[in-house]
Amino acid sequence: MATEVITTRRRRYLLDNERVLGSVLMTPAVIYIVALVGFPFVLAIIYALSDVTTGSRGFNFVGFDNFVRILDDPVFLRSLRNTFVFAAISNILVVVLAKALAMILVADFKGKWVIRFFVLLPWTTPISLATIMWLWTLDSLFSPIDWVLRWLGLIESNSYFLGKPGLAMASVIIVHTWRIVPLAAVIMMAGLAAIPHEINDAAQVDGAGFWRKLFEITIPLMAPIIAVAVLFGVILTITDMSVVWVLTRGGPTNSTQVLATWSFLKGIEGGALSQGAAIALFLLPVLVGLTVVILRLARRVEVF
Amino acid sequence: MATIVRDIETERTQARRRRRRGRIGLYTAAITAAVMGAFPFIWASLTAFKQNKDLYVKSNNPFLFNLAPTLDHFKFLFNDTNFLTFVRNTMVVGLAVVAITLLISLPAAYSLARLARKWGERLGIGIFLVYLIPPTLLFIPMQRVIVFLDLQESLWSLILVYPTITIPISVWLLMGFFKGIPRDIEEQAQVDGYSRIGAVMRTVMPLMFPGVVAVIVFAFTLSSHEFIYALAFNKASAFKTIAVGVPTELVRGDVFFWQSLMGAAIVVAVPIAVVFNLFLDRFVTGFTMGAVKG
Repeated sequence: MATEVITTRRRRYLLDNERVLGSVLMTPAVIYIVALVGFPFVLAIIYALSDVTTGSRGFNFVGFDNFVRILDDPVFLRSLRNTFVFAAISNILVVVLAKALAMILVADFKGKWVIRFFVLLPWTTPISLATIMWLWTLDSLFSPIDWVLRWLGLIESNSYFLGKPGLAMASVIIVHTWRIVPLAAVIMMAGLAAIPHEINDAAQVDGAGFWRKLFEITIPLMAPIIAVAVLFGVILTITDMSVVWVLTRGGPTNSTQVLATWSFLKGIEGGALSQGAAIALFLLPVLVGLTVVILRLARRVEVF
Repeated sequence: MATIVRDIETERTQARRRRRRGRIGLYTAAITAAVMGAFPFIWASLTAFKQNKDLYVKSNNPFLFNLAPTLDHFKFLFNDTNFLTFVRNTMVVGLAVVAITLLISLPAAYSLARLARKWGERLGIGIFLVYLIPPTLLFIPMQRVIVFLDLQESLWSLILVYPTITIPISVWLLMGFFKGIPRDIEEQAQVDGYSRIGAVMRTVMPLMFPGVVAVIVFAFTLSSHEFIYALAFNKASAFKTIAVGVPTELVRGDVFFWQSLMGAAIVVAVPIAVVFNLFLDRFVTGFTMGAVKG
């Protein structure tokens, strides 16, 4: 009798407060995000539809003029194409390499922590610093890669990795891949660990070899987690500006320009805020598409 | 009889050989991966200690010290450049961002994990989706907001804006950790007469320690990695962080101070990597728990 009274009283006390307390605790986060993500986001759209620049005070709505104008600009079209080419190629490479790396990292062997330390370095180092190391590694005169190629007699003079459009694009892709593989591998490790041992053991007993197990058990079971890793990888590559900025500044002659760097050059360095905002907004449809995919996946995947 | 024994023997040797082959394959793969990951770092470490007369000779083997190694470039880095200012700025911004992130994310994560019912899940996903509106989309209007608030050329601009990057991911992480702690614990404390907040502070928060540490590491790393906002807001070297200062300032005209530059990169990269390695397993579990339906 007495205990019943206490429990009902406590229940009511909780119910009375839960809503209030819940929203009180939530409010600061919501205000912060609305004020500093929501508001600038709306501003980005308004800018893109106007003629605002850093210099002038004038502000007129010009509709889709900015979009029409940038679509006529060959550098913009080049940036748009590069953004997707870089993201696509580097993420295909990421999937293959990260899968291999994840399998190495879940295995047990002596000295694993040393290996882990080295393979995670590309991801833990601030990207602009990692890229500056690549800038020096790909130096036109003193690149150690060139030295090795010369020493092997494969080339006569240096390759000028960042001076030729094709090689510069390849360099950007390699740096992106190099940087994202560790993150993707860590995400996939979580997926690998979730595959029950029994399945692999049963397959082993039935005489399945390494490759058969890989293609018929591990990869199908890991498909959703691989998709999650790819989504993170794609977001990181298409929204990143530091790799291209530090490595090539978009050069030679805009051949490695991407949306992020072109938008920065136009909007911040050039002062054409409206055009800069319009260029950046071209990322939005892609991000919305990815969002839908992520939401679908989130329902299916445990690890997220 | 003898043949059976011999058969068993050959079976055993074969198995041993197969296992050894597997081991060798594993080590080869692991070492290849490590060298591929670390190559620019190895080259950078060698560079940082080389004398000019050694480094800038095309025919010298770049992987050897053809002349004695030197510490001169580190001395130059620490005494004659703004490197230490960048380090200090990064620390100040990082710590402030961590504090703001925790103050805002802890209550929000608790609310989403425990108090919110229907709207909680939607709001949780909504907060996570903020991650999909990256600085690349926002830096132009954000720069105008900073100019409007008169915060350009100061660390405050970064302290104010970085939590927009760290809060969403931290709320998600902490939510997972809260869900991992049984409700009974705080309910028991409430039965013992504590208010809800009192109960949470006394019983749940101590158990949240690992989650809080994970958020500290994560938020600090994210803010030290950030590039676009830092480049767009502050042009004066007194207010640059490592991520922007090192690549833009250790250059005079077209001349890069390569050895000092590489020294700076290594000095920054190694401690971050050590901390990350210590907490890696915690991140993996943290993200896994974020999805456990509570």
